[in-house]
Amino acid sequence: MVSADFVTNAAGRKVPVEVNGRTPPPFAGVGQHHPAGQKAAPSIRSCSDYPRRGDKRMPSLEAALEACGLRDGMTLSSHHHLRNGDRVALSALEAAAKLGTKDLLWFPSASFPCHAPVVDLMETGVVHHIEGSMNGPLGDYCSSGRMRGLGVLRSHGGRWQAIQDGEVPIDIAVIAAPSADFFGNANGCHGPTACGSLGFALADSIYAEKVIVVTDNLVPFPCLPWQIQGNHVDYVVEVDSIGDPSQIVSGTTQITRSPDRLLIADYVARFVKEAGIVRDGFSFQAGAGGIALAFVQFLAPMMREMGVTASFVRGGSTRYLVEMLREGLVGYILDGQTFDLAAVESIATDPRHVPTSPFTSYNYHGKGNFAGIVDFVVLGATEVDLNFNANVNTHSDGRLLHGIGGWQNCLDADCTILALPSMRDRIQVIVDEVTTLTGPGELIDVIVTERGIAIRPDRQDLLEAVRGKGLPLRSLEEIQHEVHALCGGPPRRPIFSDEAVAVIQWVDGTVIDTVWKVES
Amino acid sequence: MPRTPTALGEAGPVEGGVRGDAHVRVELSGSGLRLDLRSKVEALYGDAIEAEVRGVVERFGVGDARISVEDRGALPAVLRARVETALRRAGRSAPPSDLPSVAEGTARSRRRRSRLYLPGNQPKFMVNAGLHGGDAIIFDLEDSVHPDEKDAARILVRNVLREWSYPGTERMVRINPGNLGFEDLEEIVAALPDLLMIPKVESAEEVRSVAARVEELQAQRQIDRPLWMMPILETAAGIEAAAEIAKAHDRVVAITLGLEDLTADLGVAKTDEGVESLYARSRVVMAAHAARVQPIDSVYGNVGDEEGLRRWAAASRAMGFVGMGCVHPRQIGVLHECFAPTPEEVEKARRIVAAFEEAKAAGRAVVSLGSRMIDPPVVQRALHIMEEADGER
Repeated sequence: MVSADFVTNAAGRKVPVEVNGRTPPPFAGVGQHHPAGQKAAPSIRSCSDYPRRGDKRMPSLEAALEACGLRDGMTLSSHHHLRNGDRVALSALEAAAKLGTKDLLWFPSASFPCHAPVVDLMETGVVHHIEGSMNGPLGDYCSSGRMRGLGVLRSHGGRWQAIQDGEVPIDIAVIAAPSADFFGNANGCHGPTACGSLGFALADSIYAEKVIVVTDNLVPFPCLPWQIQGNHVDYVVEVDSIGDPSQIVSGTTQITRSPDRLLIADYVARFVKEAGIVRDGFSFQAGAGGIALAFVQFLAPMMREMGVTASFVRGGSTRYLVEMLREGLVGYILDGQTFDLAAVESIATDPRHVPTSPFTSYNYHGKGNFAGIVDFVVLGATEVDLNFNANVNTHSDGRLLHGIGGWQNCLDADCTILALPSMRDRIQVIVDEVTTLTGPGELIDVIVTERGIAIRPDRQDLLEAVRGKGLPLRSLEEIQHEVHALCGGPPRRPIFSDEAVAVIQWVDGTVIDTVWKVES
Repeated sequence: MPRTPTALGEAGPVEGGVRGDAHVRVELSGSGLRLDLRSKVEALYGDAIEAEVRGVVERFGVGDARISVEDRGALPAVLRARVETALRRAGRSAPPSDLPSVAEGTARSRRRRSRLYLPGNQPKFMVNAGLHGGDAIIFDLEDSVHPDEKDAARILVRNVLREWSYPGTERMVRINPGNLGFEDLEEIVAALPDLLMIPKVESAEEVRSVAARVEELQAQRQIDRPLWMMPILETAAGIEAAAEIAKAHDRVVAITLGLEDLTADLGVAKTDEGVESLYARSRVVMAAHAARVQPIDSVYGNVGDEEGLRRWAAASRAMGFVGMGCVHPRQIGVLHECFAPTPEEVEKARRIVAAFEEAKAAGRAVVSLGSRMIDPPVVQRALHIMEEADGER
């Protein structure tokens, strides 16, 4: 499938020299790759080539794609703010199929189960390959080696970096917009399919050669706030529905009742308190995963009791963060994506609930980013190894499982905490060597499991701060040993082929690891 | 050769949604052993799973069988229990296997502030049950196990008791009442639990008959290790016999009551205030203290209502109970707070212990504090309060 020239990168992982015709540098170590050159940009346009009074509407997605000059082999991008309710990305690819287009590179900011039919479009040759997160049927398709190009998995920040640096020139960006005007100004916070922020589409709108906004809620000019500025937009297409609201945001986010997850969340809360990280004016990020949500639920009463407030919190936002904002426990929510109805309502109405983009939050090829300003972050992982390296991308048997999301970018926080169970049924989470390296251990400070808390030995400051405070401090080796006993010894190492099916890029665009074909 | 009817045995949940468990089907027919193993962790543990299945089959001396296993990540102790249950349901038996080597038993008067109930046939709740800091866990073979699954549960609990460790946690088993309970003993006693909870007890004689069978079984297998008992009083008759039950046998270390069954027996509603069970609970407290065993309260069933649990536990402690049951691990911390000694109690205990040390140093057998003589159990209790106080975060 792909020519098999490999090099060993600074993390000791074997990675391909060539990735879909490009030659991204192998991972050189954290902060070791120094980019050069100019940022990419679309070609210069003139108002004289656009409708005089700003009405850029086209009758259909097909017509808009045709007007954009869609050709074989182009790169077509989409965003994932509509999550599993998205109808637009697939409609765009299907419209391209109707126009007889072949060999497209689909470049979503993430894919969801609703995008499974793209497998058929790859089989029929419409889509050549995907660069973006792949799971479910798409993950299996890629893992089994049937995709024609290499999958490329990037973090949210890494996707911005790749677009900005010209690594992936987008020919046509198709932006689903819960609200838009005829000029192309658009936002995600209003309308029947409101999703909150549209930050993941921002780079696409700025850097793509052509931009199509697709909306089911056309409002009179001006559409405010203009999270996407119409000045970047070529065409606006009105459709009946851009997505299924019930799959876009959840009605209400539920806290887990799993005893183990609650225990882990409790340990995380006690850790950040005893470590002195929770203090007046602190900042944090916790996602919408079960443990992170439960953690937030434990954090709020703890903050009340301590009489402290957080200066800001980075979302994924849910009603739990919104409640903290309203109560005054946090000053601002800097929001990357909006997970439930309460959060969507809040981002639309509360000026302290601010939409952000991967540029402000995560882009590594910029003059700093917000992720590095955060005091602590609570993340998950599929696997960790004894050197604190972590995998979020593949199952322990090597199959693609998850995209990276903002995970790699968040490792920049002052204290990075991975909260995860030490075993999932018979699958051990603490392994000798991660199946896939998504994040280097030197950026991961604390691993919290239901069997205890492991602090990376070179974080003596954290170790000293929490010693003698009644926390179950243990080494990863001890926890692993205990889990081995329950699971019947260490697992067999899965056997991988030497055929690469995807690569994992680091936040600076270097290749940190390879995903190998799995024989099914 | 005459054909014998094929013996079939099945065990383990069939629904695909139950993770950490396995469904096993045994068909004693054909010649030779045919294994059909499917597992979601095949890539990681395929060989181990085959070895584990074969191990059990060999112990049963079965040579001709078709065995299919649908594994959803069951841990070895669970997988072996399911294979054994299926073989036994197919009519086969095996000699008991070797005794486990588990740490020494628990102390008679250890803390029993919290005890976490675990459904006896659901392995996924068992594996981490000891991590929540409770004083005890209870493998329940009674109400939480369907009548058709009693055999499966006792084999599973036996394996778990033998193979998994729960450091610092007392491992209790709630057996069934009546004959079923005696069947439980055959499987459980040799797996060395620390305490048996005996449900629906109405007379001292019932406790003594269980104790007698336990002693026979322990003697047969040369087990020299405490196995304590906690009778559960769940009927009006049981409550009325509380005093004799508490003194029934020196293995009895605590008595408790079951309010769901008791209120049903009385035909009254169970309320948050607990007025309907006030007499019963008081009676249990008196009987226990009179017999110098621990009085332990029932459970508070509404997991979501932490304040309600707090109120109930505070009232329990005020009445003289020393602990309660838990239906969710999140209740454990609340109970430990509520049953913690107050600063005044700690201070008193400190003085008693000091007097005890002083008497010991002076070679006096009698401990006195001021003008009061201190009984050894009071010293014992004071030591425990000090221990409790030290154990608090």
